[in-house]
Amino acid sequence: MIESFPSALLAQLPIHLPLALTGGAGSATAGGVALKLAGVDYLILAVYFSFVLGIGWVLKKHLKTSTDFFESGRSLPAWICALGFIGANLGAQEVMGMAASGAKYGIATSHFYWVGAIPAMIFVGIFMMPFYYGSKARSVPEYLKLRFDEKTRTFNALSFAVMTVFSSGISMFALAKLLNAILGWNFDACIFISSVIVLIYIYTGGLTSAIYNEVLQFFLIVLGFLPLVLLGLKDIGGWDGLMQQLGAYSEAQGMPGAWNHSWAHLNEASANPIGIEWFGMVAGLGFVLSFGYWCTDFLVIQRAMAAKDMNSARRTPLIAAIPKMMFPALVILPGMLAIALYHKGGTAAIALPMGADGHPDYNMVVPVMIAKYFPNGMLGIGLTALMASFMSGMAGNVTAFNTVWTYDLYQRWIKPDASDAHLIKVGRVTTVVGLMISAVCAYAATKFNNIMDMLQLIFGFVNAPLFAIFLCGMFWKRATGHGAFFGLLTGTLTAAFFQGNTVPAGETASLLKGGWMSVQHTFTSSMAQSFWMAIFAFSGCFLGTIIISLSTAPNRTDDELRGLVYSLTEKVVDQQGTPWYARPAVLGVIVLTLTVALNIVFW
Amino acid sequence: MHQLDVRLPMGLLFLTLGIILVVFGVISDPAIYAQHSLGQNVNLTWGALFALFGVTMLWLARRARPS
Repeated sequence: MIESFPSALLAQLPIHLPLALTGGAGSATAGGVALKLAGVDYLILAVYFSFVLGIGWVLKKHLKTSTDFFESGRSLPAWICALGFIGANLGAQEVMGMAASGAKYGIATSHFYWVGAIPAMIFVGIFMMPFYYGSKARSVPEYLKLRFDEKTRTFNALSFAVMTVFSSGISMFALAKLLNAILGWNFDACIFISSVIVLIYIYTGGLTSAIYNEVLQFFLIVLGFLPLVLLGLKDIGGWDGLMQQLGAYSEAQGMPGAWNHSWAHLNEASANPIGIEWFGMVAGLGFVLSFGYWCTDFLVIQRAMAAKDMNSARRTPLIAAIPKMMFPALVILPGMLAIALYHKGGTAAIALPMGADGHPDYNMVVPVMIAKYFPNGMLGIGLTALMASFMSGMAGNVTAFNTVWTYDLYQRWIKPDASDAHLIKVGRVTTVVGLMISAVCAYAATKFNNIMDMLQLIFGFVNAPLFAIFLCGMFWKRATGHGAFFGLLTGTLTAAFFQGNTVPAGETASLLKGGWMSVQHTFTSSMAQSFWMAIFAFSGCFLGTIIISLSTAPNRTDDELRGLVYSLTEKVVDQQGTPWYARPAVLGVIVLTLTVALNIVFW
Repeated sequence: MHQLDVRLPMGLLFLTLGIILVVFGVISDPAIYAQHSLGQNVNLTWGALFALFGVTMLWLARRARPS
């Protein structure tokens, strides 16, 4: 099951790698879906990838310094950074995983957006970006060095670097597996070609090339998938027809109305298909996991830090939040339509392939919908959009990886006096190496599913508490380097201890599922277990950081902390004459109001 | 604005894709639309939309170009 959204969040949720996507290699009908491409579809693919590569080639001529390569010269306007910000997340995990979740959970899947993304995006834009951008740090780990110390930076840089190549490897693997299944293309060739395309456009144009391609991919995915939703809605009899079908389906599942509402069935974990109650949802997903990802993950922060000025950097996540809040209509609705059409039967019915567990394989929702509604021509567009989404997942991770490796590990520990030209060279070599490691991860995923699951679990332990040290660091000047580092370790151990003592219902105690120490509590679902693990990990880290900070001497003077901590930093004031729509606070209020309205409408 | 206005390649890409879709929509066998897209020639309509989007992007890029 590709459970859900941004690649780094994969590490924090009960995700199983999309191995179940397909049957064996070699067959064009493995997984039960076969797409037949015509000349026009190949032409569309060729045109798209020519543009992707061409952008890198054109940008190469303008690339002169390492700042250009790793930070886009800090010169991009807010709207481009914003589309890159969400484009980097619009990976296949989101497109296919959210459709799968839409089928499994219905409208409540939108919590991953309206609770699990938008509030954190507003917070990072208004409150945290002044420190990231204003401190002139070149990366998130470098901010940790300025604010805390070298060991906290290196710990974050190392875990982040490993996680990004691993996430890129997952995207690569899933793309190759999917293309092998629905088109019969050779698995090895898919890995090779996707790597080479991503390599060429990052190698030549650096971060700017990655962001420009993310903008292209964003529009291609939106315009490419929209007709799928419109045709599906028409087929089921409009919104009313969809609600009627989902109502009947919910009833048959023993949870009347659960697929039709986002909040109404969250009073009890057993009353909704996600298996979570509202507190775990809001605190676990809405606060810890969401803020931990959107406010600290360099993959997204890097896009905002490429902005041309402070105002643009702050507006980046706020502008991005507007399309982001609409995405459920694009990525969740296909899943809801698929499950409704699947159960409706008759001429409108779609044939979802059966998974190994005897249930419909929801991961195949998007390919199945494309096969049903797109004739040749639009089929080429849909397939291109799908491939673009996988590649944006790869490229986002690779650009974040090469920056963190070059600045936070190579320049710090291996060659502190490296020249600017040398750093560009290292960045390019790192891009090649990063993609090669990703390919190794992709092949490892085909052989050692458990090892990859285990890695994800470990990342979950490391990431879940991360937001606590940023919160303490930015808003409490007394937080110390030792406090942050050992607080992080405390949070990680809390996560491991929590997981070792709990299991999801229906699972036996194991290293991967939990309960390997003892079973103190059984959760309704693995999702609930993850959300609560995050809550505990955050609390452990937060308390640990406070206690250890108070027991250790401050390692930074007030002067050193200026620009890094809220109470010691001058408030960012909008320039005179800034129109209302360009003021981050006003934008934040608008975005928040719209999000609340969406929650109420789909309550 | 950066060295290359992203709206330029974006406009060209969508215009090219739009033209391909429209041309294919005109010459393709109508039966494929009955089979797939509820009888609607989505290649024609969506191709026109792609082309319109592309032209808009090109116009925006041209407007922003320093004189």
